[in-house]
Amino acid sequence: MIEGAIWRRWVFFRLPMAIFLIFLLFPFYWMIITTFRPDGELYIPWYRANYKPFWTWNPTTAHLKYLFGETTFAIWMWNTTFIAVVATAISLFCGVLAGYALSRLNFRGAALLGTTIFVTYLVPQTLLFIPLSEIIRTYSLGDTPWSLILSYPTFLIPFCTWLMMGYFKSVPKELEECARIDGATRWQAMLYIIIPVAVPGILSAMIFAFTLSWNEFIYALVFLSSPEQKTVPVGVISELVRGDVFFWGPLMAGALFGSIPVAIAYSFFVEQYVSGVTGSVKG
Amino acid sequence: MSNVTIRQVHKHYEDFHAVKGVSLEIKDKEFVVLVGPSGCGKTTTLRMIAGLETISEGDIMIGNKIVNELAPMDRDIAMVFQNYALYPHMTVYDNMAFGLKMRKFDKAEIAKRVNNAADILDIKDHLSRKPRMLSGGQRQRVALGRAIVRNPQVFLFDEPLSNLDAKLRVQMRVEIKKLHQRLATTSIYVTHDQVEAMTLGDRVVVMKDGLIQQVGEPLELYNNPANRYVAGFIGSPAMNFADTMIEEAGNAVYATNPTMRIRVPEQIAARMGPHKGKPATLGIRPEDLHMATGADPEDLSFDAVVEVAEQLGSEIILDLKAGGSAMVASVEPTVKVKPQQKIRLGIKPTGLRFFDAKTEAAI
Repeated sequence: MIEGAIWRRWVFFRLPMAIFLIFLLFPFYWMIITTFRPDGELYIPWYRANYKPFWTWNPTTAHLKYLFGETTFAIWMWNTTFIAVVATAISLFCGVLAGYALSRLNFRGAALLGTTIFVTYLVPQTLLFIPLSEIIRTYSLGDTPWSLILSYPTFLIPFCTWLMMGYFKSVPKELEECARIDGATRWQAMLYIIIPVAVPGILSAMIFAFTLSWNEFIYALVFLSSPEQKTVPVGVISELVRGDVFFWGPLMAGALFGSIPVAIAYSFFVEQYVSGVTGSVKG
Repeated sequence: MSNVTIRQVHKHYEDFHAVKGVSLEIKDKEFVVLVGPSGCGKTTTLRMIAGLETISEGDIMIGNKIVNELAPMDRDIAMVFQNYALYPHMTVYDNMAFGLKMRKFDKAEIAKRVNNAADILDIKDHLSRKPRMLSGGQRQRVALGRAIVRNPQVFLFDEPLSNLDAKLRVQMRVEIKKLHQRLATTSIYVTHDQVEAMTLGDRVVVMKDGLIQQVGEPLELYNNPANRYVAGFIGSPAMNFADTMIEEAGNAVYATNPTMRIRVPEQIAARMGPHKGKPATLGIRPEDLHMATGADPEDLSFDAVVEVAEQLGSEIILDLKAGGSAMVASVEPTVKVKPQQKIRLGIKPTGLRFFDAKTEAAI
């Protein structure tokens, strides 16, 4: 806390905090207000006397009805959930095992391998999608969820591996040694001791991986074409922007519903997430 | 039978020779302490016995079986770690039961053993708590409990008291001693604290630079150190050393330097033959020094200047300057001295030790 006079607390803590909060939350507010604002108010020019951008007295559910009735938004939601969950599960499984191996099994070249894995994460997707689309076509995976489920791990696994490596390093090695003296095999020690202790790290890797695949745009745009296969980010953009006409109401409604699952995931695990990112295990 | 035999054991790391041929025979039910400064190879030796480090050369036997290639779980040992290594996600009960569960003991037997250990260690009230809710001392008790429920052949302790504060350390030291008297299990204990080593060990092994310097009962180490290193390591405050030349005058042998001329006691003088005319290190423990009176002969006393006097109640620790070298003396609490005062100190002749200046071995 800031100490001293009340004005100091206002100037150095509350005011900056308020500005920061407004900056962060305003897009969400804008999303919500646009979702419920009738079209008549949405497309009013700014110089009109009755221009009130921040509030509406005539809320409507027309945009929601349009979104759920006229588009395949519900299917997009399901697609996105399915793809994100499966891709996250695959990446987490590989990432936890790889992270454990790289941080605990002292084999030659472990450090180099760890760095190399991280470097692959840095290759921009905008470059990778060209060769990847070639592979997708060869295996006839185009326009199926599997094209994304199998290509998301290309950036999720390096990320999860790196995060888990760091976390496993913060778990005292004596825990595992003690378990092995106690009669556990290496597998049992990992299963009963190390993984339960690493749950905060695993949860943060999970949330990160889930968010990244939920929001992923470029692969989804390239690999999927039919409307009923699309994910939320691609579906909303491609179906609700026609030519140069933006259907702002349904667009914002789609964005709002698209961000709810991620928001829920974060709020559930926020405590573990914070301790996962900041590390530290106490015996 | 659970004696432990270590035969010519070496440990090489990529660019470091950590243990250089350690041999040690530990008898059944014995409490042996490995003591030495950090990096002396004591923990590596212990970890090789536990099976947590591979053995580069040599053999380790537990009972009468060579265990070099056995996994830690098959060696029938239990280990207590410096940082307790309690499983943070398990309750105290589950922590203690884990080893038994892994070995497929039935539930009733597990409950019996855990409760029994909890009774012995006085942690019955904490069985359902998580380790983070316990104090340091309680955690170390749980770690001890986890070791004793399995009733192993050998206990290994890796600096178990180093994370505790001074008062608790003394208390837990006594508890470990009591526990050993009660369970009579062969124990190997690693510490860098010579007081712990002296108080706990049936025998103490002093190590330095990957080599054993001396093995012996605590008093033997204190009274007859094998070399200058052991002499300086065992005992608190540490032994004083002074560089001297060995000279023969008449039919007596003297150790001399510019500030002192000390007559070497006869039984040591007999062994001085090859050292005459050569430098040797004189060693004298602070408790073998006293304020000289008229009765102290000239050649068993020396002059010194008081720098600091530390009053401890039961004794006074004097930090002195004798010629070029610093000395410490432990004298009667009734002595009155002031800083910078010149005094004369008498030496108890049986307290004199001599070490070869080159090899540092005791003469």
